[in-house]
Amino acid sequence: MNRTAAQVHGWLLLLPTAVLLAAFTHYPAGATLWHSFFSTPKPNRPAVFSGLDNYRAMAEDPVFWQSLANNLWFALGTIPVSIALALLMAIWINGRLRGRAFLRLAFFTPTVLPMIAVANIWLFFYTPQYGLLEQLTGLFGLPNHNWLGSNETALGCLIVVTVWKEAGFFMIFYLAALQAVSPNLYEAARIEGAGPWTIFRRITFPLLMPTTLFVLVNAVINSFRLVDHIVVMTRGGPDNATSLLLYYIYDVGFKFWDSAYAAALTMVLLVILGATAVLQFGFLEKRIHYR
Amino acid sequence: MSAISLRGVSKSWDSARAVNDVSFEAAAGRFVVLLGPSGCGKSTTLRLIAGLDDVSSGQVLIGGSDVTGLPPAQRGISMVFQSYALFPHLSVAENIVFGLKVRKIDAADRARRLARVADLLGLEKLLERKPSQLSGGQQQRVALGRAIIAEAPVCLMDEPLSNLDAQLRQEMRREIRALQRKLGITMVYVTHDQTEAMTMADQVILLRDGRIEQDGTPEELYNRPATAFTARFVGTPPMNVVSLPGHTKAGQLLGVRPEDIHIGAEGLAAEVESIEYLGADSIVACRAGAETLTVRVARAASYAAGTAVKLSWNPDATHAFDAATGLRCS
Repeated sequence: MNRTAAQVHGWLLLLPTAVLLAAFTHYPAGATLWHSFFSTPKPNRPAVFSGLDNYRAMAEDPVFWQSLANNLWFALGTIPVSIALALLMAIWINGRLRGRAFLRLAFFTPTVLPMIAVANIWLFFYTPQYGLLEQLTGLFGLPNHNWLGSNETALGCLIVVTVWKEAGFFMIFYLAALQAVSPNLYEAARIEGAGPWTIFRRITFPLLMPTTLFVLVNAVINSFRLVDHIVVMTRGGPDNATSLLLYYIYDVGFKFWDSAYAAALTMVLLVILGATAVLQFGFLEKRIHYR
Repeated sequence: MSAISLRGVSKSWDSARAVNDVSFEAAAGRFVVLLGPSGCGKSTTLRLIAGLDDVSSGQVLIGGSDVTGLPPAQRGISMVFQSYALFPHLSVAENIVFGLKVRKIDAADRARRLARVADLLGLEKLLERKPSQLSGGQQQRVALGRAIIAEAPVCLMDEPLSNLDAQLRQEMRREIRALQRKLGITMVYVTHDQTEAMTMADQVILLRDGRIEQDGTPEELYNRPATAFTARFVGTPPMNVVSLPGHTKAGQLLGVRPEDIHIGAEGLAAEVESIEYLGADSIVACRAGAETLTVRVARAASYAAGTAVKLSWNPDATHAFDAATGLRCS
């Protein structure tokens, strides 16, 4: 086969994936950016170029700012806890433990369950008066509380659900990484007099850093991507207390049909995610040892 | 006082008995080799001395005190693993001083000892590198460095040279031996390679199926093998241990080393089977009846396969073993 034919062959092999990526990822992303500079088209009035009007409106939109703040709290609440929990579970399971396979399955189950079903289960836990949580607090004589219905606790409730769901998923990655570490390393450290905590801090944790970065990037993306739990459990309420960025975009785009403004919001979300990814790789990459 | 002493040590896993009633003494400053074929329990014995596994029964004494129940760090030992077990995310220097840091030795002392070990092992230029940037031989040196910097009186080595090529292995053999002499530490060295054992050891402990087959100096193992197994394990090529009616008493096996057999005009009729040319000498395999005997002859041997020869040996150079038990007779 000559050179040109080989080139054509190669491109043909790439074509199906390239087409799919272009049609469903790259074109929509480009189109979104384009549309964010126009007004929303109406049946009697086509879209007109409006420059940065959508972005200016965003700066003055209190719901946008609240959603952004909610999202930051949500990220702060879910990411460290779910990663720490995942690591803890992985280390626990990785030890010589009876019923290891069962535990692994148990921890992973939340990831397998459909999100809508999960949300409904938790909805029952949080239900006022006869929900599981209420029955438990009732046993201790605590007063009734509408967990999902009050401003102070609604976001916290969503954070708990998300941590419960994510930790098992991240654990699988940590477990795989832990099993790749040679037991000889631990033995060498034990001979040198290292206790369990020193071994974790000086050996296990550094060796898990590539996994931690991967999990961290995923956790950040997930925390900005959550929408289904909110749809089922709170619909952004009460008083936008649980409105996260993507849910707000969904509201604006498909409830208020303000597609141009939704496009502008989407661009902001993309910039946030892109920037955090760059930061994460830039900061952590240098400190990570890849095997 | 012995640096290391094992008293009736056994180790059983669920079904198998890996180490079976092993007892030996190793004097301080000696180079002791645990030798044996794979699966004989030599590595397990080493791990029992290190405290990485717990004994099922028996006692381990190091420096005269009973350490049977103590964790590895409190036994006054260091260890080099077959895989080197270097920490891949740490530099050479950090790997070597890892134990000192854990034991909270102050930075000045650490630096001084690191410089000394690096100088001893020729690692000065590699201190900032990561283990993945080193050759096998260099990694081996780092592992050695990490073991000796602790200045523990006992150093344990688990087949440390098995991942190196033949040339480097020979070099490291000399180097490890010289290092052990220089530092005056007691070394327990596990290997399946009898050449390594013979060239390095003060004391060889040959193991088989979890039991000690023979415990002695290399010369004792070579010149007075206690069992037919030892005779067949030690030497390249090992001793001929054969059953030749008419040459031995009934129920006995005859042992004779290849270098003690001569090919001449008289003796046992045999037929040349094959010749292995090694340079300084050749190994001639001769078939006599149902047995094959190897004969060492100087330089190249010019026999064609199938040549009829006569084999003879000095009766003083022979060994006799009980055919049933394998034990040495007399």
